[in-house]
Amino acid sequence: MNRAELQAMAQRELARQKAFSCRLLCCASTPCLSSGATAVLETLRETIEIGALRAEVEAVATGCMGPCSRGPVVTVQMEDSEDAVYEKVTPEMAREIVQKHASPASDISYHNNVLPSDWSFFTKQNKVVLANSGLIDPERLEDYVAREGYSGLAHAIREMTPEEVCEEISRSGLRGRGGAGYPTGLKWHLVRKAPGERKFVVANGDEGDPGAYMDRTLMESDPHRILEGMAIAGYAVGSEQGYIYVRGEYPVAARRLEQAIKVAERRGLLGSRVMVSNFNFRIDLRIGAGAFVCGEETALMASIMGRRGQPVPRPPYPAQHGLWGYPTLINNVETFGNITPIINRGADWYSQIGTEKSKGTKIFALAGKIQNTGLIEVPMGITLREIVFDIGGGVPEGRAFKAAQTGGPSGGCIPVEHLDTPVDYDSLQVLGSIMGSGGLVIMDDHSCMPDVAKFFMQFCMDESCGKCVPCRVGTAQLHCLLEHITNGSATTADLQMMEELCRMVKETSLCGLGQSAPNPVLSTLRYFQEEYEAHIRDRSCPASVCQMTERPVQILSDPPG
Amino acid sequence: MIKARLETDDGGSGHPSGDARFDLIDRVMKRNHYQQHALIEVLHTAQEVFGYLEEDLLVYVANHLKLPPSWVYGVATFYHFFSLEPQGEHTCIVCMGTACYVKRAAEILATLKAEFNLEPGHTTLDNKLSLATARCLGSCGLAPAVVLDGEVLGLEAPKTTVAEVRKRIGSQKSESASPERGAAEQALQEART
Repeated sequence: MNRAELQAMAQRELARQKAFSCRLLCCASTPCLSSGATAVLETLRETIEIGALRAEVEAVATGCMGPCSRGPVVTVQMEDSEDAVYEKVTPEMAREIVQKHASPASDISYHNNVLPSDWSFFTKQNKVVLANSGLIDPERLEDYVAREGYSGLAHAIREMTPEEVCEEISRSGLRGRGGAGYPTGLKWHLVRKAPGERKFVVANGDEGDPGAYMDRTLMESDPHRILEGMAIAGYAVGSEQGYIYVRGEYPVAARRLEQAIKVAERRGLLGSRVMVSNFNFRIDLRIGAGAFVCGEETALMASIMGRRGQPVPRPPYPAQHGLWGYPTLINNVETFGNITPIINRGADWYSQIGTEKSKGTKIFALAGKIQNTGLIEVPMGITLREIVFDIGGGVPEGRAFKAAQTGGPSGGCIPVEHLDTPVDYDSLQVLGSIMGSGGLVIMDDHSCMPDVAKFFMQFCMDESCGKCVPCRVGTAQLHCLLEHITNGSATTADLQMMEELCRMVKETSLCGLGQSAPNPVLSTLRYFQEEYEAHIRDRSCPASVCQMTERPVQILSDPPG
Repeated sequence: MIKARLETDDGGSGHPSGDARFDLIDRVMKRNHYQQHALIEVLHTAQEVFGYLEEDLLVYVANHLKLPPSWVYGVATFYHFFSLEPQGEHTCIVCMGTACYVKRAAEILATLKAEFNLEPGHTTLDNKLSLATARCLGSCGLAPAVVLDGEVLGLEAPKTTVAEVRKRIGSQKSESASPERGAAEQALQEART
């Protein structure tokens, strides 16, 4: 398929969509499916069929729309009025929705399940990567093409040299969305310049952080965007083979990606001679098998090569010595999602969004003790307060906000006094946390901080691959100390020992997992020291979570008194 | 039986037992040109087909991919996804991700453990139920989440989960088994005998 054919397809699809007086978009991503979206979608289709409305009304299964706790969500697109978003739709409601909207004299706001269009959950967001999510059918290529899909790839191949593509990405200021925030353009330049007869492009979709599901949603809602981003990257760095590594826990995402790859190959948008040019690019899917450490790039490469997912020391970096020894570009799935908008709309447009050092937008998964849980995309530099209280609607049941946990087991807790910090890579680092992949778990005063630290330490202890001693043994010892603190058998000396051990694990571990494992402990120690002290000195848990069942062991050689 | 083995051996491919399920594994290995880096794909298929990875199966894969058995065993035990023990008829996975943790998923797990006298990662003696925990299912909007037989149940509470599990176990015997404890337990008892 060449560029003209692509444009023709887009026109055809737009005309087809225009022919309907009303389109009903029903979210069919994992959270909505588990709250009953399948039945809703079936009812929508059935009602259209029964009413012989097939020419006027269309029901579409789309990707995620954002407010996941309010699912199933249905958006009604009418020709001459604003979109209406319905929450918690039941099959009965679905029937009514079709009947109401099919007749021209319908009143859209008849139901109190309609979410207000000026709801700050929607208005405060800026959707760049998720622009198509919730508006297109992820299983139809035509839907994606109608929204400028694959035009970025066409533009890059036809009108730009690989150097220019890398330069454009550099100028946009895009930084890796996987957590560390390495400048994407710089990485592309490195791989492009690295000598090697073959090169690889890898999309990291092994989203292991508990509490984060941005990558899953993106892969489920807009799979072609990732394929296009990877193909542009392949063109820019001179690679002919790409891999997408998807978590084994995400079967829907894997299925949609697989299907998208097939369709794109059939239409000549991937495979050999992409868009009738001399550029070849194949993408293969690799399914993970449940190991958190595989989110680390060297471990991920080991897993792609069919080995145990154990990291190797860097340097050499994957840009020089990656898959099978060849230069390899590894970016997060969300990073690849940013590529198409940058190519389509230019680096200058992109770099206007965000702060000086962190450009663009970031997707966050809001979860925990918050009114509106779900997926949001906000410009970098927005304050935590805006995210938690304006978009998230604050803490439910009138309880007090205690901390926001960012970055999963590698991140930290941000207390209430830092709520006005802008959310960007550098500010979060100063606070002892990290941006991470974008999980944002809100905690209220029912959460006990030493217990939270113990939870994450147990996670790191279980997930440590066992290759290096500081991580394998250090995390187990830290967990043991935290266990003592939360069951009342710790002494003040333990607290100091824990801090020392944290520093040791941080500085001497082999890979990112171990190096960042102490972060939750250090950040809770920094902001909630009095809580640790209450556990040790008063043997009481201020949040009444921990059961103080043990006593500190008395050392016999040091008799009391 | 030996005769049967010899007969199937003539084909040159497949497993000596003549189990047709091995053909599915052969197909995946063939599609990947017997390349060693396809090991994880092959194990995924093997687990899907057989339900778990028994030793014989690992040796079979190792022989065909020309890998040392220790290598295959190492990979199979490294990843949480692969199970070397048979699973029960029903599986219940409790999500222990951060969002679920904050919403007290631990209480659900504790209740299930007490109710069925079962530790995570194990199966009941009657082979009815396997209990497991997951790191994060990515259904954080619906925390706490539980996966029962592949179906994600959101916004769970200890009582509702136990009722649902009982219903599923019970429904093996009679379709109309009520979720109430007495009836379900009776069904369970019947199933045991």
